[in-house]
Amino acid sequence: MDIFVESIGQAVRLLFSGDPYLWQIIGRSLQVSGIAVLLGLLVGIPLGTWLGLARFPGRGVAVALVNTGLALPPVVVGLFVYLMLSRQGPLGSLGWLYTPSAMIGAQFVLAAPYVAAITLAAVGSVPPELRLQARALGASRWQALALHLREARLSLMAAVAAGFGAVISEVGAVMMVGGNVHGETRVITTAIVLETRRGQFATAMALGLILLAIAFAANAFITRVQQAQPRRRRPLTS
Amino acid sequence: MKPKSSPIQEALLRGEELSRVYDGRCVLDAASIEIWGGRVQAVLGPNGAGKSTLMRLLAGLEAPDGGRLFYKGRQVARHDTELRRAAVAVLQRPYLWRGTVAQNVEFGLRVRRLPATERRERARVALETLDIAPLADAPVNTLSGGEAQRVALARALALEPEILFLDEPTADLDVTARRQLLADLERIVHRAAPAIVLITHDPGEAFALADRVAVIEAGVIVQSGAPADIFESPATEFVASFTGAEFMLSGRVEETGVGTMTVLLESGHTVEVAGQAVVGTSVRVAYRPEDVVIAPPTATATSARNRFAATVARLYPQGGLVRLRLDVDGGSLEAIITRHALEELGLAVGTSVVAQIKATALHVFLL
Repeated sequence: MDIFVESIGQAVRLLFSGDPYLWQIIGRSLQVSGIAVLLGLLVGIPLGTWLGLARFPGRGVAVALVNTGLALPPVVVGLFVYLMLSRQGPLGSLGWLYTPSAMIGAQFVLAAPYVAAITLAAVGSVPPELRLQARALGASRWQALALHLREARLSLMAAVAAGFGAVISEVGAVMMVGGNVHGETRVITTAIVLETRRGQFATAMALGLILLAIAFAANAFITRVQQAQPRRRRPLTS
Repeated sequence: MKPKSSPIQEALLRGEELSRVYDGRCVLDAASIEIWGGRVQAVLGPNGAGKSTLMRLLAGLEAPDGGRLFYKGRQVARHDTELRRAAVAVLQRPYLWRGTVAQNVEFGLRVRRLPATERRERARVALETLDIAPLADAPVNTLSGGEAQRVALARALALEPEILFLDEPTADLDVTARRQLLADLERIVHRAAPAIVLITHDPGEAFALADRVAVIEAGVIVQSGAPADIFESPATEFVASFTGAEFMLSGRVEETGVGTMTVLLESGHTVEVAGQAVVGTSVRVAYRPEDVVIAPPTATATSARNRFAATVARLYPQGGLVRLRLDVDGGSLEAIITRHALEELGLAVGTSVVAQIKATALHVFLL
């Protein structure tokens, strides 16, 4: 038990001493996951909105695929992106392997389905008559759609938080395509693995605390959003 | 509620044989209707008859699968901006979006890109018209059902529409809120004089507010005309029963006179009915329970041609009115009288009475 208490104490001291190694890793983590989630939003929100509102044959399959994306194993995504970016791979010429770009790519693949799936549920929870009413007041289809998304905005923010929480704590994909290069592609999760192996428990613990804090913040946000959901709308008749 | 402005030669909006098919099912079949400025046109029918579909077509929210729509004499194209700006619809439920009442009321003005000062002014006027000005800054999720419905109405009125569609505006409201809203609607019609299209399943509401009523059954407009015409001369059995009429047993025309005929009912009674039909024709006779006059058995004869000796079988109190089920030899009759009349006549189950109906209060439908 001593080792536990001791490393937590050292970890707090490390964090407050502004250790550059530590903060560089935290910065890189936030940068990689942040950009990955942003890209995920750019793809996931339109995709989720479309799947949530459009009616077409095969929609059920598409929705199932997106929901399956929630359970994508990070190592498998890592393997997939690795093969794409490897020298013989179709995107090998980019030279992205073992760079933050590769990590952003892998985490984007993980984040996009999260965002799409939550967006899908969020837009589906807004009654479609709301768009009809907006159009009946003169709004164009796009203006009505914007209103619909605005109504779902709290849930959409939850999509951001969930996507971010999922990728920042993921280790398999970033390890495989980033390579955990010191000062380059080392992020919180890969550093924790490395520092633990090296016996640097205080450093590992410091990073772990930060990761926990981030995960906690993301989940606290989601919980707040869920509790702030508006009163249940009454069922609709013709 | 007749047109107040200078006489308009042309209907504001004219639907010609409008049809709509959903999933291979024809929900609206060749519906023709005219909407005139300054008038209230009701579209009356039961749930699922195609009323809301007709509204969406007329408001330019959906394109018809058949037929044509004319706005001010010009045929309306798909996604017609002019019609969509002139026609505003308030859906059945007050779909308000998050934010304050004022933000909601300004919505349509914002999509029309009106300057902020004008938006605020028009929203203020609309809220005042509906007596909800103090609610302007209230978040919409704090409103009661009646308030929400008025905000939805104010949101439409702020746009000063030429044609205002109201889909079951009182369906969700309690009696008080409903009476209030109906009064508001009357006031709006008088003040702003837009064309109003009232979608309703409630004949009382249609007859109270509308200048013209179109009755729709299973996607087909079965009768269209002034409320009095529809009430007094229902074109089909459906219109008669939907607007509150009851049917006697079937019968056959026995003889005809000047403007009247005698019908022998299956129960053995004969009734005298206004109208003409060939002797021997099979008919059904409809009447309105409120046209049945109840008198004590000792009462002297009145001008009513049809008199039935009856016994009160059941009483159904309905607020200030009471509906009576009367046993007549071989059949039954329904009557509606006031509670006051019930007490005055001392009616109870088992009381013998005379039920009278004027020949002109009976409607005959050929079988």
